[in-house]
Amino acid sequence: MSDNTLSRPVPVTTEPPVARAALIGLAILFVALFLFAPLVTVFAEALAEGWRGVRAALSLPDARAAIGMTLTIAAIAVPLNAVFGIAAAWAIAKFDFTGKAFLITLIDLPFSVSPVVAGLMLVLLFGANSTLGGWFIANDMPIVFAYPGILLATLFVTFPFVARELIPVMIEQGPAEEEAALTLGASGWRTFFTVTLPNIRWALLYGVLLCNARAMGEFGAVAVVSGKIRGETATMPTMVEMFYNEYLSVAAFSLAAVLAMLALLTLLLKSLLEWRHADLLAATRRH
Amino acid sequence: MNIEIEDLAKEFGTTRALHPVSLFIPSGALVALLGPSGSGKTTLLRVLGGLEFPTSGRVLFGGQDATDLSVQERRAGFVFQSYALFKHMTVFENIAYGLRARPRKERPTEVEIGRRVDRLLDLIQLPDIGPRYPNQLSGGQRQRVALARALAIEPRMLLLDEPFGALDAKVRKELRQGLREIHDRTGLTTVFVTHDQEEAMELADLVVVMSMGRIEQVGKPADIRAKPASDFVREFTAA
Repeated sequence: MSDNTLSRPVPVTTEPPVARAALIGLAILFVALFLFAPLVTVFAEALAEGWRGVRAALSLPDARAAIGMTLTIAAIAVPLNAVFGIAAAWAIAKFDFTGKAFLITLIDLPFSVSPVVAGLMLVLLFGANSTLGGWFIANDMPIVFAYPGILLATLFVTFPFVARELIPVMIEQGPAEEEAALTLGASGWRTFFTVTLPNIRWALLYGVLLCNARAMGEFGAVAVVSGKIRGETATMPTMVEMFYNEYLSVAAFSLAAVLAMLALLTLLLKSLLEWRHADLLAATRRH
Repeated sequence: MNIEIEDLAKEFGTTRALHPVSLFIPSGALVALLGPSGSGKTTLLRVLGGLEFPTSGRVLFGGQDATDLSVQERRAGFVFQSYALFKHMTVFENIAYGLRARPRKERPTEVEIGRRVDRLLDLIQLPDIGPRYPNQLSGGQRQRVALARALAIEPRMLLLDEPFGALDAKVRKELRQGLREIHDRTGLTTVFVTHDQEEAMELADLVVVMSMGRIEQVGKPADIRAKPASDFVREFTAA
């Protein structure tokens, strides 16, 4: 009998099943209520008049222009910020220099400044009433209420994502592998592409995905800078708001659904990549 | 190839890591840089490898001034303290890295690269681990792979930073023997850094005792034991 009690496995987690079920249930309820339900609502509202309604809404010239605008802005802003982010993280993680702490603070600035304030900053700097803005307008390159302004606002707001993901990873890895590559005769670029980049690729991917999600979804800064000119400077988020304010609920939610779909697509892409490279991920993980 | 160090000094900001030091390392010697942490031994090794540049002084390889040679031009096989193997590459690719990094004209063919990697795997007595990843190896195996990777570039000298630091006592003894054998077989001038006096005394032909960025004494292990040049050397090598 005593043998029996000894050999019985003692559970490490000692919570009774009821408590466990309650906690898991609570978590599921929370996710369902605050994440899943709103998402479903967006799609349900979009489909309130059936597929025909969605198709009609999305073939509106204003909606088309907004989708095109958002995709173009993201296609330019994300690669640029990926490059800037890598450069900044590289400098911070692998080198010692004066003003490093200041640079880190500067990278975080877009997180701490309200996007609306960021937009206003750009309007004040490049608006028609400023010297700089006046010069650009005189040379037929308006920045505010035009394409470059939206790009600048998006770049500003999404700047920290890639750098923030990369800095801790690169600091943890230290410079040893890069130094090893150099002693083996590799050039700086070769070292970057064969050693640094493969080591940071997952962090880089997460950073790029977050950056992309924000670039497509940014509202505040873009709303201020773009002037929300329909068919010209309106992006998807600002167009959704305008449709909604005009009681065009199907159009608003159809466009919102497209935006949500784009976000879901990036998530799917990430999961797919992780799943395909699961072996390599497991083999190269440190611990 | 012999190595000459002439009045070499290194400062990091306001801290002096190395006071002007001079040292002659004869060709084919196995040399230990021995000292406590902060004695400047690793800095000296990194200057030799071209990973740090001296504030003043010269380094000569085989009588030729190498002070301004870049890290790539030095062709010094470097084994890092934690080995710094490329985690995302197999052992084979790790060892082949230096060969693939050569300019196209000097790059061996795929067949030749395969042959050389196999020969190096034989040399470190781990012939079958080519397809594995570094994190699938034991500490001792990693150290030997790092050694093979450094040897693959046909280096002019071998530099090792605390090569046995991260290993347990038994493996350490084995690998000491392994390094000695590889050194004797290749005839490469070899410099290793250690804080373990027993290791230095047992393995090296020539021991360089360092403290506070200065060289305290240079000599054969027996001579250092018999005639320590200072109180520091006596105390440090007595332990």
